[in-house]
Amino acid sequence: MTKPSINTLQDEIIEEFSLFENDQHAKLEYIFDLSKQLPDLEEEHKVEDNLIKGCQSKVWLISEREDDRLKYKADSNTAITKGLIALLIRVLSEQRAEEIAKADLYFIEKIGMSQFIGSQRSNGFANMINKMKLEAAIAYKDIVS
Amino acid sequence: MNSSSVPTETKPKAFDIDRIRAQFPVLHQEVNGQQLVYFDNAATTQKPKVVLDALTDYYQTMNANIHRGVHTLADRATAAFEATRESIRGFINAGEKEEIIFTKGTTDGINLVASSWGRANLQKGDEVIISTLEHHSNIVPWQIICEEKGAVIKVIPVDDNGDLIIEEFNKLLSPKTRLVSVVQVSNALGTINPVKEIIEKAHNAGALVVVDGAQSSSHLTIDVQALDCDFFVFSGHKMYGPTGTGIVYGKRRLLEVMPPYQGGGEMIKEVTFEKTTFNEIPYKFEAGTPNIADIVGLKFAVDFINSLGKENIIAHEEMLLDYAHEKLSSIPGLRFIGTARNKAGVVSFVIEGIHHFDIGMMLDAKGIAIRTGHHCTQPLMARFGIDGTARASFSVYNTTEEIDRLAESLQGIVKMMS
Repeated sequence: MTKPSINTLQDEIIEEFSLFENDQHAKLEYIFDLSKQLPDLEEEHKVEDNLIKGCQSKVWLISEREDDRLKYKADSNTAITKGLIALLIRVLSEQRAEEIAKADLYFIEKIGMSQFIGSQRSNGFANMINKMKLEAAIAYKDIVS
Repeated sequence: MNSSSVPTETKPKAFDIDRIRAQFPVLHQEVNGQQLVYFDNAATTQKPKVVLDALTDYYQTMNANIHRGVHTLADRATAAFEATRESIRGFINAGEKEEIIFTKGTTDGINLVASSWGRANLQKGDEVIISTLEHHSNIVPWQIICEEKGAVIKVIPVDDNGDLIIEEFNKLLSPKTRLVSVVQVSNALGTINPVKEIIEKAHNAGALVVVDGAQSSSHLTIDVQALDCDFFVFSGHKMYGPTGTGIVYGKRRLLEVMPPYQGGGEMIKEVTFEKTTFNEIPYKFEAGTPNIADIVGLKFAVDFINSLGKENIIAHEEMLLDYAHEKLSSIPGLRFIGTARNKAGVVSFVIEGIHHFDIGMMLDAKGIAIRTGHHCTQPLMARFGIDGTARASFSVYNTTEEIDRLAESLQGIVKMMS
């Protein structure tokens, strides 16, 4: 089965979150549940090289290339960041490098979580998105050359 | 006697919390569908309407650049600006208003003292004593100047409660000690330090003392002459005043011989390309156009505090702190960080198995604003073997009902997340 497109997956997530309307607490509870479903990253990968630092939360990210696609695995020391990572992985992992690099991740704002990608220095989530896209761009450059 | 004719006893309503809250427009809003609870007062307090009105009034009736204008608006603006200087002098009981220098905030103020006094006075091998409780803004400026001068920083340790170990301070003091810079109330733990004792001992050893009053200025009564501190540095925005306002109090004899640390307009007496002579204190340290409107507004914050009475504010905040300790101690897995003998304003805690970031996010979803993280005190967090805490900090407009909401929400978070 082919993986649905990035935007199809984003739209699915927006649809799911629309059930919560503006109940921020219910959204965070759902994100917390997602965090429990995302497998922990193996300890050997939780090393400085894979660490993306935020002011308060830490994120570890690794990627593997499979042909023209990138597969991501990630983890965080805070539950809510980890739940958001689960959403990001659902959207981006196993997509074509070219599409990841170009992706417009509009779902984060649409589900009311734009505070995580704003200018507050509180978490590694925004840095993680940048790193995922950067890795995809590097992989794509390698693929086309 | 007809009971209805008995005059109602006019009990002095020293502390009418509803009336106080009515003066803070920002408090009357919903956040994430819930009535806002603002417990991030150690970061910055909210501003009463008198302060907000003063800012608008300033711009609408007197906005002009100060000190040099010959026109009426410049006179008005200068008078309002200098009225705040006098008001601050009274607020901390300084001897003279020339000892009050306006800055952007506490960080700016400590940098002023470190750059000016430090550059002129520190020499290789000299020692500067700070403490483990310090905010980064009372660590880094000293590191920068000490590195430049070859001076050495010594650190007073804290015990497990978050109290300074004074015996260790005694041992650190030596003829090499030139300056001691300590916080009066810890922003991360709320510890009230015995600064009077520290100042006496430092003076006996021939050292000067800087007191970081960022937190204490709104929670304690400040008398710089009784303390006999050499410098007292604080912020306006943590005591109901506008952001971008701060104060350095310094003893006249020290300020007069300290070199300016920024050059420009306002701080000069006469400029030629060969040589410039400098203005008198305090203007020598106020280069450029200052933050006039906000400093004008700051006077109204001081008036607000005085109208309530500092002792009433202190009593209310002590009550809230005791109540918070009592209520939060029943939360499963919650551990207080900072259980000093004397505390003000702050309750800092961790909860077993739940990251402070998650606590802060979940509380925000319930409309409760607290601060989480290392509170710009990384060495202190390292001392306690943690990477941060959740911190609720209280102010005059907070209530026990709000603390009840915090405790209930924390119960819910613990139930859900652990």
